[in-house]
Amino acid sequence: MNAIAKSPHQDIQSPVAGSQVIASSERKIWPLTGGVHPEENKHQSTSCPVSVPPLPETLVLPLSQHAGLPADPLIRVGDKVLKGQMIAKASGFVSAALHAPTSGTITAIENRPIPHASGFYDLCIILAADGQEQWCQLAPVTDYRQLSPAELVEKVRDAGISGMGGAGFPTAIKLAPGTAINTLILNGTECEPYITADDMLMREKADAVIEGAEILQYMLGAQECLIGIEDNKPEAIAAMRRAAAGKNIDIVVFPAIYPSGGEKQLIQILTAQEVPSGKLPADLGMVVQNVGTAVAVKEAIVDGKPLISRITTLTGDALTAPQNVEALIGTLAQDLLQYAALKASELSTLVFGGPMMGFSVDRMDIPVIKTSNCLIAATEDEFPAAPDAQACIRCGHCAEACPSSLLPQQLYWHARAENHEQLMHHNLFDCIECGACSFVCPSSIPLVQYYRASKGAIRTQEAKHAKSERSKQRYEDRLARLAQEKAEKEAKRKANAERAAKLKAAKTAEKTGSDAKAEEDPIQAAIARAKARKAAAAGASESTSAGQAPSASDRPLSAKQKELKVQLSMAKAQAKKTERALAAAEASAELKGDRGDIEQLKSNLAMLHEQVSKLQQAFDEKAQDSASKNNPEKPAKAPLSDEAKKLKIESAMANAAVKKLQRAIASAGEDELDTLKQQLVTAEQKAAEMKQALEGLS
Amino acid sequence: MDIVLYAIGALLALALIFGAILGFAAIRFKVEGNPIVDQINEILPQTQCGQCGYPGCRPYAEAIANGDAINKCPPGGQATINTLADLLDMEPEPLDAEHGQESVTKVAFIREAECIGCTKCIQACPVDAILGAAKQMHTVISDECTGCDLCVEPCPVDCIEMRPVDITVRTWSWALPQPNHGKAGLIATDLRGQTV
Repeated sequence: MNAIAKSPHQDIQSPVAGSQVIASSERKIWPLTGGVHPEENKHQSTSCPVSVPPLPETLVLPLSQHAGLPADPLIRVGDKVLKGQMIAKASGFVSAALHAPTSGTITAIENRPIPHASGFYDLCIILAADGQEQWCQLAPVTDYRQLSPAELVEKVRDAGISGMGGAGFPTAIKLAPGTAINTLILNGTECEPYITADDMLMREKADAVIEGAEILQYMLGAQECLIGIEDNKPEAIAAMRRAAAGKNIDIVVFPAIYPSGGEKQLIQILTAQEVPSGKLPADLGMVVQNVGTAVAVKEAIVDGKPLISRITTLTGDALTAPQNVEALIGTLAQDLLQYAALKASELSTLVFGGPMMGFSVDRMDIPVIKTSNCLIAATEDEFPAAPDAQACIRCGHCAEACPSSLLPQQLYWHARAENHEQLMHHNLFDCIECGACSFVCPSSIPLVQYYRASKGAIRTQEAKHAKSERSKQRYEDRLARLAQEKAEKEAKRKANAERAAKLKAAKTAEKTGSDAKAEEDPIQAAIARAKARKAAAAGASESTSAGQAPSASDRPLSAKQKELKVQLSMAKAQAKKTERALAAAEASAELKGDRGDIEQLKSNLAMLHEQVSKLQQAFDEKAQDSASKNNPEKPAKAPLSDEAKKLKIESAMANAAVKKLQRAIASAGEDELDTLKQQLVTAEQKAAEMKQALEGLS
Repeated sequence: MDIVLYAIGALLALALIFGAILGFAAIRFKVEGNPIVDQINEILPQTQCGQCGYPGCRPYAEAIANGDAINKCPPGGQATINTLADLLDMEPEPLDAEHGQESVTKVAFIREAECIGCTKCIQACPVDAILGAAKQMHTVISDECTGCDLCVEPCPVDCIEMRPVDITVRTWSWALPQPNHGKAGLIATDLRGQTV
């Protein structure tokens, strides 16, 4: 299959052997595998020199203009910034800083539409220009050879430079590859139709490109430097040759073919070496940089200026004045298109980038970023809607056009079947998405979109798998942790139990040592102690009850009597408490000079005392009564128990009254005295009832 | 007759030798555990959500190895079922709706103002993706959250919700081209005379 792919297809590919004569370079060049010749459409935008559009009022600066992590804002809303001031720093290794393209005020940091195929919004810094164009302090380097390459790389990093060719990989990383570099290749190919930004740059800033190339060569320690340019840019070639005269830099011209500007394709054309799958050019001792990047590096080192503007091609039939402009990063597409005299009624598609690899956007308030090399405002005739895809007829044109020697047709089938394993087997990730296969497809199958979608799906799945691996690890770690915690708890519990047992043993040992006589076990001793206590209590009760109720002294009280006794003792205790509370109330009342109520309280308390004494009497009588009646026979208990019940209820009521009174007095305050009085009245009533009941009983 | 005996003897000798080699290999190269369980577990999404009815992905992997159905994993969805079918040489089946629907990836989110710091969700999380302490506000480490849903139920103040993971510029990818409805497979000239 490789042989077929490499054999030149006359309809698509130019005869490379013949064009070597045109190249007129002393250096040998090699043919590109595959490739196509789309209509160039470059002449429209090269008729006038690069101009500088007027300063826009607002600049929208996406934090993610490069491959890798988005930058980290250093400013706040409302801050005033100077031109060239760093407003966002690189947030990681693969990241790039962002600088203010002009002086002004930060008005917002918010989500805005960005130039991206998804059409999504992303975080942007919004800068309102103040028109002063006031630069911040710059630190130009007069002689870069005084600095070490590492210091220069740091300067490039601080200048926020990322690849200007389209991929936007942070340049500083490419300049510190960690392997020995022999060859620096500057990419002035610009193979994609319509785009002329690098062409104009080389025409107008050839000296800057060469100076940048020398700085890059010094930084990388590369012995040779090649600048590859397609032969369709004669003015640029002439300017570059002039600038490079007498320098150790080779301008290599080769026939135009798309996609010669791909990094790996350019290496193949200039050196005949193929970068192996999954490897980088640095592994072959080569570094490829865009010519625009070289100029940005020169400006960063020699002038000290960060990357704040770039040359962008404005083209397409919907523009009256297609041209190249030096646009500030963050200028909105609508401002630039207006500057190039857009015929709004004719605009049908707005494309960021070239027609082969760019993407269309559906709005014009999208900013130009570091990678935006071209804006195509196309009419309907220019970019007609893609025809419907037909069935693949297996013609094999795609395989012949593929610059990466892949099998696009096989990839297409497997992409349709979502067979990721087979896609990987067919090296899907070596596809550079150049679009040559779609371009030649007679069935108009959007092949590249299939590959892009499959790449995305595979990446998503890999991310998912990586996450599930991590989840598994975390889950297992958690189980291990729980098991360990459980084991620790168990061990602690065991240790505690052992210690307790030891302490117990020590105690018993002590006891047996001190009390040699008591050799029985502790339970027996405890029983003996309890018995002794009971006996003592019995003796005491005998002595107290002897005077009051001699008849009841030699046997226990009945259950009813016991209850009555308990009630009585409780009433006594509460009366005592009431007394104490009264004393406290008296003390507080004395301070307030209000004694009338206290007197009343006192009299009431006296009545309560009377009740208690009467209750005591009733109990004593009952005790004698029951003692005398209980002695002969049991049936006499029934009427007695009735009376006892009544008495119990009465005493309970008295208790409640006393309790209420106690509570009221405890919280006695001036404002509560009224309610207190009422409570006392009810207590009195209850006391009266109690009296009656007691009278009845007696 | 002798020749037959020799042949039998030679075969017996060979049988003994190979038997000894096989016997030795069976002991020397014995595989601990069931390797198919590991392979199945590798395919399962490791959300540890228990929607399959087993207390984690590994127990379900063991169940599949013992002959359980392969379509009980909603977080894995049809893709997981297909991969499992491929591995086990079975016919892929649609997801068993009894165990849930395949839905977009979600992660737990704690409304921090409402969190009372009870640590119940921390105990429920199978991958330790919730950070917090008693009477301290809790939060979810969304990068580690598997979206298993297990923390939502135990929350006494219902302050945990499952939020779908937004597609950002960095996670977006192209969609597969849609086939042309009704026109797919036709040759361009077949469409002549039709209004397209």
